[in-house]
Amino acid sequence: MSAASGKPAPRPTVETQPYWDGCRSGELRLQRCAACEHVQFPPRRFCASCLTADLRWESASGRGRIRTFSVVRHPISLAFAAEVPYVVALVELDEGPTIMAGIRGCQIEDVEIGLAVEVEFEQRSDEIYLPYFHPC
Amino acid sequence: MSRSSSLRGAVAIVGIGDTEVGKLPGRGATELTIDAGARALRDASIDKSAIDGLITSNSMVDPHMYHAEMVAEAMQIFPRYCMTLAAGGATSFAAIHHAASAIATGLCETVLISSADNLRTGLTREQAMVQQSSTGHPQFEAPYGAPVPVSYAFIAQAHMHQFGTTPEQLAAVAVTTRRHASLNPNAEKRGLIDIGDVLESRLIADPLHLLDCSLVSDGGSAVVVTSAERAVDHPERPVYLLGAGEGHSHEHISAAKSLVSSAAAESGERAYAMAGLTPKDVDFAELYDCFTPVVLIELEDLGFCAKGEGGPYVEAGHTALGGRLPTNTHGGLLSHTHPGNPGSMFALTEAVMQLRGDAGARQVEGAEVGLVHAQGGILSSHCTLLLGRDAS
Repeated sequence: MSAASGKPAPRPTVETQPYWDGCRSGELRLQRCAACEHVQFPPRRFCASCLTADLRWESASGRGRIRTFSVVRHPISLAFAAEVPYVVALVELDEGPTIMAGIRGCQIEDVEIGLAVEVEFEQRSDEIYLPYFHPC
Repeated sequence: MSRSSSLRGAVAIVGIGDTEVGKLPGRGATELTIDAGARALRDASIDKSAIDGLITSNSMVDPHMYHAEMVAEAMQIFPRYCMTLAAGGATSFAAIHHAASAIATGLCETVLISSADNLRTGLTREQAMVQQSSTGHPQFEAPYGAPVPVSYAFIAQAHMHQFGTTPEQLAAVAVTTRRHASLNPNAEKRGLIDIGDVLESRLIADPLHLLDCSLVSDGGSAVVVTSAERAVDHPERPVYLLGAGEGHSHEHISAAKSLVSSAAAESGERAYAMAGLTPKDVDFAELYDCFTPVVLIELEDLGFCAKGEGGPYVEAGHTALGGRLPTNTHGGLLSHTHPGNPGSMFALTEAVMQLRGDAGARQVEGAEVGLVHAQGGILSSHCTLLLGRDAS
């Protein structure tokens, strides 16, 4: 389902609902396996490392570093046309997992691999708040 | 030695068929699949009744739940081995791997592999964009408005950061490939370009320019594979499968353990081991070039140069015709054609033409062994094949 903006809006599933609930309350949440301590993203019903199902949600620091990035010059659809150019990156969270997200709050020229960033949230719909990152 | 070595020299490609490529308005994906298949049967000089195995890839424009069965029905072929394969760009070569296994184990004797799509004229621009974004995770990637080129730009950016690769070196991939396409009357883009042309073309997603990106096309391509024993009965020189290997590392780019190395290293190692060959034995390569940085990573992972040296290797001219390892001799996905899943099939038919000695102005002198490699997803699924003029 698309939000009013026309941008694709995530449809939470039974596996991901607690994650999106966290985003709505301003908190980035990750799963930690009670059996093997593996921290994972994206959310799943099973631990991707040891395949047990005893996963606990915990609040992440919301901080990480840019692993790589690109500047989108050519919009994927009309919904993004007004925003080009914009930065999309892979952010390696301090807890280990990598997350794809937009980068904001700085000049495009200042974005670089290794840059320390911190999470913020953009409201996409009543239900969905999408994580973005800015330099910290 | 692993059991897989039993595939070495066990099967051969005895027929190839490419349709016209480019903009083919009014021609559907199914029709192109059948057209390519019929051409391959004619090239092999066999009747369709000899086909007892069929492998197809689904169309993005006109998907079918039972795609291979649909094609079998339309061609009135009644196989005992029939499947639709889906490994993105790696589909075509994985199909050879599966066909060879099926023939070697007696599941069937002669397999037609046909793949076509009409992404250029079959999809509207909006549909094409939606298709592109659908490769990203629907909840965790697609919402950020990052089309496929962005994921490959991630890889380029990481390679540049880690190894000092330059935009000029990426551009050299496109320039070399275009020079090869200029010698291929069937290629879509045949006008020569230089480094400046690439760097001055529109930025799509930093650091990738328009000319770092492959084409979007209509077209289809097919091959006929049979046992080595039967291959000798065919009029065209058989081209033997010497080695095949796959590697699969992730689905989404955000789950990739490395952004500068890929499971091509594993698929390559497995293919070399089966063939009993090393990179030094390879006379030419047809590599998956959906975007220029992929070629650098493949050259490194497949052992043609050291990790991080892909840029200088291409810049030095080693991948040009006449160089150490002529690469993408037909013009690749960058300049020849790229109809999606079928894209790499044209690299396979090109490799067969090279090994038959039928490649005309772009013929690699003395070509005995060729390596073809394809990848699907975002460096996700990989398949490497080693092909030879002789069975061992």
